[in-house]
Amino acid sequence: MSTANKNLDIKVEYVTRVEGHGNIVVNVKDGKIEKCEFHVVESPRLFEGMLRGRSVFEAQHITSRICGICSCGHSLASIQAAEDALGVKPSAQTTKLRKLLLDYEFLDSHLLHVYLLAAPDVLGVPSFVPLIETHNGVVRRALRMKKAANDVCDILVGRHVHPISAIVGGFTKLPRPKDIDAQIAILEGMADDMAETLKLAKALKFPDFHRETEYVGLVSDDSEYPLLEGQIGSTDGKRFNKKDYKKATNEFIDPRSSAKFTKLSRDSFFVGALARFNLNADKLHPKAKAVAKELGLKPVCHNPYLNTVAQIVETVHCYYHALEILKDLKKTGLDYSQQVTVGVNEKGVVPVRAGNGVGAVEVPRGILYHNYETDAAGMIKKANCIIPTNQNINNIEYDFAKLLPEIITLPKETIRLRLEMLVRAYDPCISCSTHYLDVKFVD
Amino acid sequence: MKTEKEPVKTAAKPKVAFFDFACCEGCQLQVANIGESLLDILGAVDVVEFREVMSEKYDKDYDVAIIEGSITDHHAEERLKKIRARSKVLIAYGACAAIGGVNGMKNSFDLDEIRQSVYGKDFKLFPSSPTRPIHQVVKVDYTINGCPIYPPELIEVLKHALRGLPYTVPDNPVCSECKLNENVCMYERGVSCLGPWTKAGCNSWCVNNGNICYGCRGEVTNPAKNANDVIGKYNLKPELVKNKFDMYNKCKEGDINVNRK
Repeated sequence: MSTANKNLDIKVEYVTRVEGHGNIVVNVKDGKIEKCEFHVVESPRLFEGMLRGRSVFEAQHITSRICGICSCGHSLASIQAAEDALGVKPSAQTTKLRKLLLDYEFLDSHLLHVYLLAAPDVLGVPSFVPLIETHNGVVRRALRMKKAANDVCDILVGRHVHPISAIVGGFTKLPRPKDIDAQIAILEGMADDMAETLKLAKALKFPDFHRETEYVGLVSDDSEYPLLEGQIGSTDGKRFNKKDYKKATNEFIDPRSSAKFTKLSRDSFFVGALARFNLNADKLHPKAKAVAKELGLKPVCHNPYLNTVAQIVETVHCYYHALEILKDLKKTGLDYSQQVTVGVNEKGVVPVRAGNGVGAVEVPRGILYHNYETDAAGMIKKANCIIPTNQNINNIEYDFAKLLPEIITLPKETIRLRLEMLVRAYDPCISCSTHYLDVKFVD
Repeated sequence: MKTEKEPVKTAAKPKVAFFDFACCEGCQLQVANIGESLLDILGAVDVVEFREVMSEKYDKDYDVAIIEGSITDHHAEERLKKIRARSKVLIAYGACAAIGGVNGMKNSFDLDEIRQSVYGKDFKLFPSSPTRPIHQVVKVDYTINGCPIYPPELIEVLKHALRGLPYTVPDNPVCSECKLNENVCMYERGVSCLGPWTKAGCNSWCVNNGNICYGCRGEVTNPAKNANDVIGKYNLKPELVKNKFDMYNKCKEGDINVNRK
């Protein structure tokens, strides 16, 4: 079929099974692509503006509300930025528990994405609901695993959606020995379901599409897969201290769609599971490395659809990494004198100074930055948050531009689905939107 | 109670739809966190729209519309009114929908100024109106409070809504639950807490975990007996208390206009 006189008009209003609202707009006239864009239409929430004048001790509580799925990730980035501004160094125990919390966040979020949001595409159904009939065991497993990941989080920090006890200065409640045992029991109880998940993963088929791009994420000089701490690095050899996050994001406005985009060495870059895998695959837990090999995922992988596969590999990594932390805590015990009551620091338990702090934390969808400037009383003067989805939008559009000519001879519905699947592969979290300028509605 | 317009195919299970406005979608996520027993709920109702996890769309009337998030621009206002017109029962779901929640903090600023602070000189490209909870725009039949919602309360309210029974939100302060949970009072631990002024129903979730109450469930009609004494006894600065309230309850100021209508 010739494409020369092909006309195509695709408008997907509110891409479904992503977190937040986004539209896809495609326009092809006489075989020529006039428009192929991904628009974000989330209502403005203006978190950075609202933080001004609030205590830096309230920032974790407020910013965790940026996103329900990544509330633990936002909390950790927020705490890191606040402590950096205040000059507070977390204890080794606190850091260990925060890493555990981040493992849980990855488990929970990746499982949600793989099972409920992405798998329906590869199984050819519009959502998990029809799967209740056709793949009842799979749906039950998904909900069971989601609940398990949620339950360990509940035990550690009170709840997963908007964690309670993880704050600036440490933890307001530390897990008791029975709580450590309960978390180990829940994770070990997931072992069979994890094995079944890998079987499912092997059966999933993803479109074959490749585009070279730059992959950005945390890097480090030690042997741990860097999620909570590290420097900012890229597959093009860039490396920055987290304080220089603006050099790694270079936000700019593109008149084409008036959304704020980011770039580094090339036109666009990729953050998220695939970027982390491409940067740090050699630091994964041996079990996760084995799974990557089984699933045929090798660095550097340039197929964005395989971000979902990288998420499965990371799920395995975080599962075993969490178990290792828990078993270590069980052996050493916890120092309960480190439990803190802080509030808005009425008692001055945390020393306060004026400062400017940056948090750079890997969250399920990629590297997340929080930056707070505080006055001598610990009140926020200026706040900036750059979320992973923001950084990926530009890359999604460059993917669109290469993908569309490759699939243009396919039926319109297939094209639409491939584009939607591509957006979903990035697991975009548009609720987090802090920097979008375009709120054009497609009718 | 069954819908008569519907074809009889699925024994007319109530059609339930979820819609999200400005929010973090965490309250929707609480539904997925219920686990396998979610399938029991799905057996009793027919979820016809739930954009976060489903691609299916539905073009008839809803028996129950569950609304998450606040109204922060005119597109949202129009969309909400259309949903209301198609819904027999409408539930305001979670703090953002019920009381405006954290989105309300925006209302403490001049709208142009706060947009400019985030978006710079192009701020006008980004329409925004003062944050409103759902009941300040359309009629609300049931309210589920909390940031996030407390899942057992969702089940309770759904049971009432599906049977057409009234549901009364408990109007006693968080302290009543906190005492039963034998927590040491946060004031005794040297920090201020909004428990005495905030509606219970969360089983004092935050204080059980060593943190303070931030007031996410909205204010009680009659604060705890000695709540006003707390301000004096612990020598609280009134602006500190007001600032804390504004984190979730700033939109309450808009209720005055609604009550006048």
